[in-house]
Amino acid sequence: MNEALLRELVPAVIGVLVRRGAGFAAAEDAVQDALVEAVRADWAEPPRDLKGWLITVAWRKFLDAARAETSRRDRELRAEGEPAPGPAESSDDTLRLYFLCAHPSLTPASAVALTLRAVGGLTTRQIARAYLVPEPTMAQRISRAKRAVAGVRFTRPGDVATVLRVLYLVFNEGYSGDVDLAAEAIRLTRRLAAMTRHEEVAGLLALMLLHHARRPARTTPDGRLVPLAEQDRGRWDTRLIAEGVDVLQAALARDRLGEFQAQAAIAALHADAPTAAETDWVQIVEWYDELVRLTGNPVARLNRAVAVGEAEGARAGLAALAELDPGLPRHTAAAAYLHERAGDPATAARLYAEAARTALSLPERDHLTRQAARLNARPRE
Amino acid sequence: MAKYLLLKHYRGAPAPVNDVPMDRWTPEEVAAHVQYMVDFAARLEGSGEFVDSQGLSPEGAFVRYGGEGRPPVVDGPFAETKDLIAGWMVIDVESRERAYELAAELSAAPGAGGRPIHEWLEVRPFLAVHSTVFD
Repeated sequence: MNEALLRELVPAVIGVLVRRGAGFAAAEDAVQDALVEAVRADWAEPPRDLKGWLITVAWRKFLDAARAETSRRDRELRAEGEPAPGPAESSDDTLRLYFLCAHPSLTPASAVALTLRAVGGLTTRQIARAYLVPEPTMAQRISRAKRAVAGVRFTRPGDVATVLRVLYLVFNEGYSGDVDLAAEAIRLTRRLAAMTRHEEVAGLLALMLLHHARRPARTTPDGRLVPLAEQDRGRWDTRLIAEGVDVLQAALARDRLGEFQAQAAIAALHADAPTAAETDWVQIVEWYDELVRLTGNPVARLNRAVAVGEAEGARAGLAALAELDPGLPRHTAAAAYLHERAGDPATAARLYAEAARTALSLPERDHLTRQAARLNARPRE
Repeated sequence: MAKYLLLKHYRGAPAPVNDVPMDRWTPEEVAAHVQYMVDFAARLEGSGEFVDSQGLSPEGAFVRYGGEGRPPVVDGPFAETKDLIAGWMVIDVESRERAYELAAELSAAPGAGGRPIHEWLEVRPFLAVHSTVFD
């Protein structure tokens, strides 16, 4: 059975069940059960109307569960029998699910897990493996999330920014277990972009496509990080870059700038440079100025300081850096880089070693350690 | 979410408030202590924050490579002065504050007289497996 095809259908089928009177939590459980049955079915030839099949089976699962739960007798009576014809399901169902799963009452981790299951159609086991936690822990996280949104009305869309934050978190999780979360985030964002004309949805999609395009060049086969300037640009995915640039340009043309569009614009400028030396750093600094203006985000300020170092020289970059809180993540790494560019390898080596001690991930720690080692091994003058 | 290791020590951590060795407790106090640990882990699973919990034997040795074609070099049992790890719990939580809160709760496990031990737990963040894009 084509699992990807099945997963595509999950949010719409949940929507149908909810329209027929099932609560969101029960509908979501029933669709998961139907999904498992479909995967197990091992058809010689799958049903021609796969979605119809899923709806029928999920509805039966829902009725079975409702019957089993005697305390829900009232609901059972209402749900008994053939469903009322009701309004046909619509793509709005899927859109509403995005909002429900990213509801502001959920913690980011709960929203992520619920989105991956109800919108993405992943199993609890797949999500647990992707986040390196035991399956029962992830199962509890999901059922708590479902309880938390149990009282939320399914009909009202919320702030799209909450949905974008969740999708961005999924994208940044990368690749572990048997699920490529970055690819999954792109799939879900692409789908969201097809349903709404919001500029920031397009901005996030463009950002993801442009970053994903560079993934093959970002690490060596043995897992070492390769800095942007040293990446083999021939390994960037030109098809993804072209799509990302198209999506971004269409969004920017509508003249409602937001942080994801600004970040995507920076990524597009990198993608546009045939070599690192030909990067348009002056424009990149301008986009960072926009980003800082839009968000006030200290990480954006830090990246801006590095870009200033490229556009106006390392001394200017260090001056911009000096205005920022030294406790910021990657502040020391940025200082090390700029000191090396400014011709002070001894200070750079010391700062790289210090940055390695406070790195937040293994690949980064190892990268920074290698930088320190490279500078310490230089011939003394 | 971020993963943290809560490390329990047989030796090497600062002395706890309720500092009576476990072999001087009553059997009921030992049972109550163990039950507290089990309940704590179950509660964390329920909140979606539990990853792993293991205990370690105090027995052990230092082992190192002895050179090409030679057997491993073994040094042990551990000297009395060594920092000795008793076990750990791994949690996956929203923030460092939450990790500290849970460590404090675990440290309140009952000891002699049924009073909290106030045991010192070492809290260590995991390094992430992936690096987020920062180019």
